[in-house]
Amino acid sequence: MSKKAFYIAATGRPGPVVIDIPKDITNPTDKYEYSYPERVKLRSYTPAQRGHAGQIKKAVQLLLSAKRPMIYAGGGVILGNACQQLTDLARRLNAPVTNTLMGLGAYPGTDRQFVGMLGMHGFVEANFAMHHADVILAVGARFDDRVTNTPNKFCPNAKIIHVDIDPAAISKTVVADVPIVGPVDSVLNDMLEILASAEEKQDAKALEDWWKQINEWRERYGILVKPRYRTDGDMIMPEEVISTLFEVTKGDAYVTSDVGQHQMFAAQYYPFDKPRRWINSGGLGTMGFGLPAAMGVQYVHRDATVACVTGEGSIQMCIQELSTCKQYHLPVKIICLNNQALGMVKQWQDMQYDSRYSESLYEESLPDFVKLMEAYGHVGIRVTKREELRAKMEECFAMKDKVVFMDIYVDPTEHVYPMHIAPNGSMRDMWLNKTERT
Amino acid sequence: MRRIISVLMENEPGALSRVVGLFSQRGYNIESLTVAPTEDRTLSRLTLTTIGDDHKIEQITKHLNRLIDVVKLVDLTEGAHIERELMLIKVRATGAQRAEVKRCVDIFRGQIIDVTATVYTIQITGTSDKLDAFFQAVGEASILEVVRSGVSGIGRGEKVLTI
Ligand SMILES: Cc1ncc(C[n+]2csc(CCOP(=O)(O)OP(=O)(O)O)c2C)c(N)n1
Ligand SMILES: [Mg+2]
Repeated sequence: MSKKAFYIAATGRPGPVVIDIPKDITNPTDKYEYSYPERVKLRSYTPAQRGHAGQIKKAVQLLLSAKRPMIYAGGGVILGNACQQLTDLARRLNAPVTNTLMGLGAYPGTDRQFVGMLGMHGFVEANFAMHHADVILAVGARFDDRVTNTPNKFCPNAKIIHVDIDPAAISKTVVADVPIVGPVDSVLNDMLEILASAEEKQDAKALEDWWKQINEWRERYGILVKPRYRTDGDMIMPEEVISTLFEVTKGDAYVTSDVGQHQMFAAQYYPFDKPRRWINSGGLGTMGFGLPAAMGVQYVHRDATVACVTGEGSIQMCIQELSTCKQYHLPVKIICLNNQALGMVKQWQDMQYDSRYSESLYEESLPDFVKLMEAYGHVGIRVTKREELRAKMEECFAMKDKVVFMDIYVDPTEHVYPMHIAPNGSMRDMWLNKTERT
Repeated sequence: MRRIISVLMENEPGALSRVVGLFSQRGYNIESLTVAPTEDRTLSRLTLTTIGDDHKIEQITKHLNRLIDVVKLVDLTEGAHIERELMLIKVRATGAQRAEVKRCVDIFRGQIIDVTATVYTIQITGTSDKLDAFFQAVGEASILEVVRSGVSGIGRGEKVLTI
C-alpha cells in the first residue's frame, strides 16, 4: 500500500496521496510481517511515457511556421523537471515566454525573452503577446480562469499546441489544435531533437517585427521597466516592499506566499531565475499556506534564505506554527504587508461593490505582531516609515538564525494592477490603474 | 444527449464513492447507476447513464479515467450496443382490471411474479423507454410501487470491455 502510494505520488502528474492508517494497525503488541515490494504495477494506472511522435512533429512544424509564436508554460514544467528543455526550446525558436503563477521560475524571470507572468494580474505585455500570437505552445499549464479571462475571447488568432501529462487537462476550457499527452521533459526533448535537424527556416523578418512589437509594449506598460505605482508619497507602497526584498536578498531567496494582494505583488515584483524558488498554493487559494511552506523549505535547505510574503490576514491562519519554528529552529523571515485589511477582498469590494467593506476590515482588532513574536521567542520589527524600509529589511535578513517578522505598514488604499477587466473581457483588456485601461 | 458509460473498476472499498464523488464535485448528474462484481471478483462493472453534450461527456470520461480505481471504461452510446433495465412494479388489480393488466403484461413480455386478491407484482425487462411506456399502458393511477434497477449495457457483436 505504501509503495503504491509513493509510486502514484511521484509519477504521472505528481501530487500528494493520503494513506489512512487506522489506530488498531499501530497496536505495539500486534506484529505484522514486514514486506516492501521492489516494484509495483497498477493495472489501472499507466501514465503516458512518451508523447505521440506524429503530433510532436506537427507541433514543431507549426512552431517553425509561426510569425508570432508564444510559449505559455505552467507549473507542470517545474513538476516535470523540464525547465532546461523549455529554456533551450525558447532560445532555439527565439520565442517569447510567459509563465503562470505556478510556473514562475520555470523560465528565468530576468531573461530578455521572458515577458512576465500572464493572466488576471499578469503583465500587460504578456497578455498582449498571448492575444496577438498566431501559435501558442502551452506546456504544463491548464488554461485556468485566472489566465484566460473570458474563454471564448481567448487568443482569437492562435493555433494552440497543448502538452500535458494529464489528458483531462487538454481541451478542458480552450480547445487544443495539436494536443500532446506525455511527460513534458520527454516531449520537449523530442521537439528539440526534431528542431536540430529541421530544414524549414523560421520567418526571420516576422520574428523581428514580433519582438519589436513586444518590446514596445514592454516599454509602454512594463511594471518592472519603471515603477507604475506612486513613488512620491510618504506611504510605503507594497510594490516597493517586494522590490526592496528582491534587492536585499539579491533575487536569490526562496519565497513562499499566502493569498491576497501581497501574493500578487510578490509574483509581479520578484522575478525568479530558478525553478522551485516560488512556493505558492496557486489555484487552491489557501490563506495560511505561506508560513508552513516556508518552514518546509527551510527544513530542507538549512542555510538558505527563506522569506514568507504574507498579509496580516493570511499569517493569522497558521500563526501557531511560530512555535514549531522555535522547536525545529527554522529561521524563516516573515514579510507581512500589513494593509490593515483583507486587501484582495477589499479591492473587489472597491471595484464591484461600491466600496462597501463588508467584513474586510478589522476595526482595531489586529494583534501587536511585534509583541506576539516576542512572546514566541522570536524577533518582530515594525516598519511605518518609508525611509526606514531598506535598512530594517537588511537588519532582518542579517539575523541569520532568528525567526524575524517584519510588520510593514503599507498604503491600505493600494490595488493590484494590471488587472483583467471582467466579465466578458479578453486577454488584452486590462485595468492599468484605478482610472486607466488598455 | 443521453449516454451510457460502462466502467470496469477495482472491486475495493471506496472505489464507488470516488466515482460518484466525481459527479457531485463537478456538478454532473447521474440518471441511473448499477454496479456489481464481474466473473473476476477483483473487478466491478459499473454502468451509469448521464446527460450531456460531447464536450461534457469527454470531460466525464477523462476524469473517470483519471481515477486510480478505474481500470477501463467505454461510452456505449458511441457504438452499437444493447441496454436493459429490470423493473419490479406493483399495480392494483381488481375486477375487470385484472384481465386488462394481465394483457398488458403479456404485450410487454413481462411476468407476473406475485399475486394477491387485489395486487399484481410484475417483472419487466427492456430499455428504459419500454419501461416508461409500460407506465402509460397500465395507467399511472393503478401503480402502487416501482423499483427499477437502472440501466445495464453491453456492446454488440465482437466488442468487449475487459482488461
Ligand atoms: C482560508 C481562506 N479563507 C478565505 C480566503 C478568501 N480570501 C482571498 S484573499 C483574502 C484576503 C487576504 O488578506 P491578507 O492576508 O491580509 O492579504 P492582502 O490581500 O491584504 O494582501 C481572502 C479572505 C482564502 N483565499 N483562503
Ligand atoms: Mg491584508
